[in-house]
Amino acid sequence: MSEIPLTSSVSKGCFVFKSASKKRKRHVGVGGYLVDDSDENGSDRFRICQKLWETVQTNTEVIQDQLNKKVLDSLAEFIKKHGLGCSSDNWRQRAREIPTAALMLGVNVPDHAMTFRSLCNLLQDSVTPFVVSVHAKECAAVKLLIQKVLEQLMGRGVSVDEEQEDDTALLQRTQCTISALCQWYKTVTKKSTQVFPQRTESLTNSDFPQSLPVVVIFKDFEAFNSQVLQDFILICSRYTQELPFIFIFGIATSPSAIQHRLPHSVSSLLCIEVFHSLSCTQHLASVFDKLILNSQFPFKLSSRVIQVLVGIFLYHDFSVQNFVKGLQFSMLEHFKSQPLSMLCCQKQEALLSAKTLSKKNVERIRHLPSFMRYVETQEPQEQVRLLTNDEHVKEVCQKLLKNLHKYHKNYYPILQCLHSLTSSLPKFPLGKHIRELHVSCIEKNLWETEEYDSALQLLRILAKDELVAALRKCAEILKSTKILQNVLQQLEDFIGRLEALEGVSSEDSSGNGIISGKMEYQKTDLFQLQKTLLEKESRRTKRMNPFEVLRSQVIEFIDSLVREYLTPAELQPLNEVCYYSSSGVLRQRLNVTPRTSIQAALSHPFYYLQNESLKTDAGTISSAAPDLCIVYKLHLECGRLINLYDWLEAFLTVMSAAEDQDTNSEECGKYDSLKHARFIQAVSEMEFLGFIKSTKQKTDHVARLTWGGC
Amino acid sequence: MKIHICLTGIKTIILDCNNISQYSVFLINSALMNRRDIMSAVNPDQYSYPSVFIYGHRATGKSHVVLSIMKDLELPHASVDCVECVSSGLLFHQVLSAFFGPDAAALLPRCPSLSDFVRLYKQMSSNSPATQTRYIILDRAERMRDMDFSLLPALLRLQELVNDNVTVILLSEIVWEKFRPNTGCFEPLLFHFPDYSKGKSLVQILSWDHHPSYTPELYASYINILLGVFFSVCRDLRELRHLAVLNFSKFCEPLEKGEAKESDIHKLWKNIEPHLQRAMQTVYLREVSSVQWEQQQMDEKEATTLRVLSAHAHIELPYYSKFLLIAAYLASFNPARTDRRFFLKSHGKIRKTNFLKKHEKTSNHLLGPKPFPLDRLMAIFYSVVDSRVAPTASVFSQISSLVTLQLLSQVGHDDQLDSPKYKCSVSLDFILAISRCVCVCVRLLDLLALSLVIQSQVVRQERSLFTAVSNLHLL
Repeated sequence: MSEIPLTSSVSKGCFVFKSASKKRKRHVGVGGYLVDDSDENGSDRFRICQKLWETVQTNTEVIQDQLNKKVLDSLAEFIKKHGLGCSSDNWRQRAREIPTAALMLGVNVPDHAMTFRSLCNLLQDSVTPFVVSVHAKECAAVKLLIQKVLEQLMGRGVSVDEEQEDDTALLQRTQCTISALCQWYKTVTKKSTQVFPQRTESLTNSDFPQSLPVVVIFKDFEAFNSQVLQDFILICSRYTQELPFIFIFGIATSPSAIQHRLPHSVSSLLCIEVFHSLSCTQHLASVFDKLILNSQFPFKLSSRVIQVLVGIFLYHDFSVQNFVKGLQFSMLEHFKSQPLSMLCCQKQEALLSAKTLSKKNVERIRHLPSFMRYVETQEPQEQVRLLTNDEHVKEVCQKLLKNLHKYHKNYYPILQCLHSLTSSLPKFPLGKHIRELHVSCIEKNLWETEEYDSALQLLRILAKDELVAALRKCAEILKSTKILQNVLQQLEDFIGRLEALEGVSSEDSSGNGIISGKMEYQKTDLFQLQKTLLEKESRRTKRMNPFEVLRSQVIEFIDSLVREYLTPAELQPLNEVCYYSSSGVLRQRLNVTPRTSIQAALSHPFYYLQNESLKTDAGTISSAAPDLCIVYKLHLECGRLINLYDWLEAFLTVMSAAEDQDTNSEECGKYDSLKHARFIQAVSEMEFLGFIKSTKQKTDHVARLTWGGC
Repeated sequence: MKIHICLTGIKTIILDCNNISQYSVFLINSALMNRRDIMSAVNPDQYSYPSVFIYGHRATGKSHVVLSIMKDLELPHASVDCVECVSSGLLFHQVLSAFFGPDAAALLPRCPSLSDFVRLYKQMSSNSPATQTRYIILDRAERMRDMDFSLLPALLRLQELVNDNVTVILLSEIVWEKFRPNTGCFEPLLFHFPDYSKGKSLVQILSWDHHPSYTPELYASYINILLGVFFSVCRDLRELRHLAVLNFSKFCEPLEKGEAKESDIHKLWKNIEPHLQRAMQTVYLREVSSVQWEQQQMDEKEATTLRVLSAHAHIELPYYSKFLLIAAYLASFNPARTDRRFFLKSHGKIRKTNFLKKHEKTSNHLLGPKPFPLDRLMAIFYSVVDSRVAPTASVFSQISSLVTLQLLSQVGHDDQLDSPKYKCSVSLDFILAISRCVCVCVRLLDLLALSLVIQSQVVRQERSLFTAVSNLHLL
């Protein structure tokens, strides 16, 4: 770039020069984003936040890779098989079919990009260098589609070796055909066999002639113009002998979309195989497990925030990426708005920074609601110390932080145990997914809810083998976490006792039978019968066999675990440090309602402008408001068609009402051109905002595009 | 009379091949070798007919016959598939490079017009005058109608324009009447390739590629069985050959196991018939790819039924998208007048007698979806959803994502900003499946039932009608 900006132009015009110095001044250092005048450790918080975000990112990528591994591998296998094996076919018809993989990705279109990126990388690394991916937006016509394919392929060839660069530069647009691609492919494959003999050997079976397939990925199959697709497939099928094409259709809806889009004459040229990627709900569940139900990850979300984020996912977009974005946003918001979030990090680090808390932050801790609650439970003497002695607060703070970490460490394994116990119950009283259970646990005392009661009821009638299996699962979970050893011990003890019960229970049931056999039949009296039946019933409940006794013990044990470990997070002192809880802000930011805010601005200008003179009662129209607001409020009173002249009259009335009451009525009817112009401008702004539009139904009328009045 | 000799040469070849089979063309050609000598002996400056138009259904051997004549007689020709020619420039380019080499084609300007082509052609042909008639073969010529309107008339009389011995052969599946421009043009010579008849030609041609390890008679009987199943739905030679190859191994299975002899045609037929029926429902419709089909045959496990394409019709949609789709369906298939009745709790009394007007009684499903404005969609949406929904940006963006998924389609292009209109493009079954998994509230089911009950009767009739129509179509 030259220092002096160019001002020579074909047409006349004015040029704006922005001073470069201003830009430089505004540039802030990396740590400077969260720094306020009032607080000193903004950079620390920023660092922690960034570190956390990096772990989130790497974790999500790892999860994505793990989940997609199976389907991507099978795709690569499919391509290898078709790229190499088909040359042996002597059936001409079969060879003309283009192998096609229909990759089902689900409707969460924004998430597809990541999958395709990893697919491209995988294919280029392990199968073929010739991978092209096309987007429907770029390919409105066959010509553009072919051009895109050629550009990507030949461009890649250039990057492989330098000499070819002049050849491709000569390539003109008129030669933008598949036959040109054919020529290029021949030369490239010839070259590559010379240049990388060792590489090609590894890729091909020794008998078959070398043929690296050309993979074309249609990223969003549904959005493609069907005519374009048909033509492209027809053209490609002419060249399958020389150019081994393989297509991958990224399909968001269902495989039948192919049949809707392509006629039989075209789809008969394809040899379609369907591949399913994991559903997005499973994906979300694994992200949830890794990021939220994990004691290693210090940043936590409150129940409301989780509900907002999951709600957006389930109700609106099914996009895991958006969910992670929401998590990122809440993280940023938390670290920005909560100065104490500097303690929201790994245990050692947190303890260290708790030791060196500044005076201001100690004061902030004292004001935390959870800390205040904690103080209230202490002895009076201790209370005084906590409120006056800073050093003591720091010590207590360290203790509380340790407790908080311990709480988290115990919380998640027990949560998983409870989930594994209840997830197999009929009708899922505590939710199908672990996230539902988690939300209800951190929100309130779980054991006070009806759902928990009904779940325990159901657990109490479990059969022995079911119970043992469920307990085994719990033991597995606890074993893998390596904490809560005493709980594990007890569990295993229970399992052992349940299994040892084998012989005893059968004996007992026979004893029961004898008792009932002894009952003699008496005169049938309805009342008597009822009584005896009730007696029988009560006897049965009274006389529990050893299994039932043991079972109720087990349930008691589980219940005590829940009461001990699954207490709501809000009751933990210092939970504000880790928990982000302002769901309102999150909803406002992530689930925006542009229309509502426009309407709010127009009907209550005070809300945004914060000008005292704009404060009005509901229902009245103040003349001090901006013209647009007046016009908007007036139009709410009209029907579907608005007479412009009446509207203008009303507008003028409002305008003049404030100006002067004393002017005589003659002048009231008249209006000057300035007001007229203001009215016209306001009306055209209304049209721009989409509230009205011009209509041909009636002269001098405009049509309303919204419903409702004031 | 060179023209006549040349023409009748082609004509007889074409007609002969037609009558016998395309594969016998090789035999005919070898018989024609003598005639070729005669032709080359004739004075080359006699011109042939400027343009020939050949039409017939798919896979009746049009291009195969023409191209093999060209190849065997070693005639100078340029074969172009019109699908490939996204611009007329590409067509010119291919023709010139086929006749005069790529150097000549490179002389074409960037966006060549027809006159550029003619000028260049003239120039080149004066340098290397034709010793024989040059042929330009345009496959799938119906695509030419979408190109420049002057292209087709000009190509039909290219001979006059370039003053060279050149013939343009157009191959198409459509009759010539559909090509003729309004302004009129030179009438080409018309040839029709009729469909292969079942008895004679199809069996003969299909028997041509019999398996070397079995007798031709066995293969012919196999072909007869195959045609018995497939002839009613498919006459495409290419498809039939494909199917024949795919299923032959299954046919031979009893022979290999020694359970039957080649003469037990009935036994073999009993073995293969259900298999072919299944093939008609799957492989033929490309519900199952041919590779999968073969694999299944090799595995020999009939129990592992392949999941066909249309089996996964279910689509997972976000909660509100489902409701939006249901609302769109209701808006598309219910008349707007009835909205009040269906979606308001306190609708007024409705006179039963003429609640629906006469023309509305004919099923809305037969008439297809009707466009509806966005407002109506949202109004129905709000009344259908059981909870309060804020009009957030994501609800509106879901509508546009439904459009890109082609579950809705946008209609009209004039007023996209203020009042866009949509149509619902999914079927009744799809909507029913969605509402079944969404419906926690009984009210919605009622609504659907109410609005659909009027149409359900007609839907049933309509289904039978559809099947009848599709059967007719196949015949």
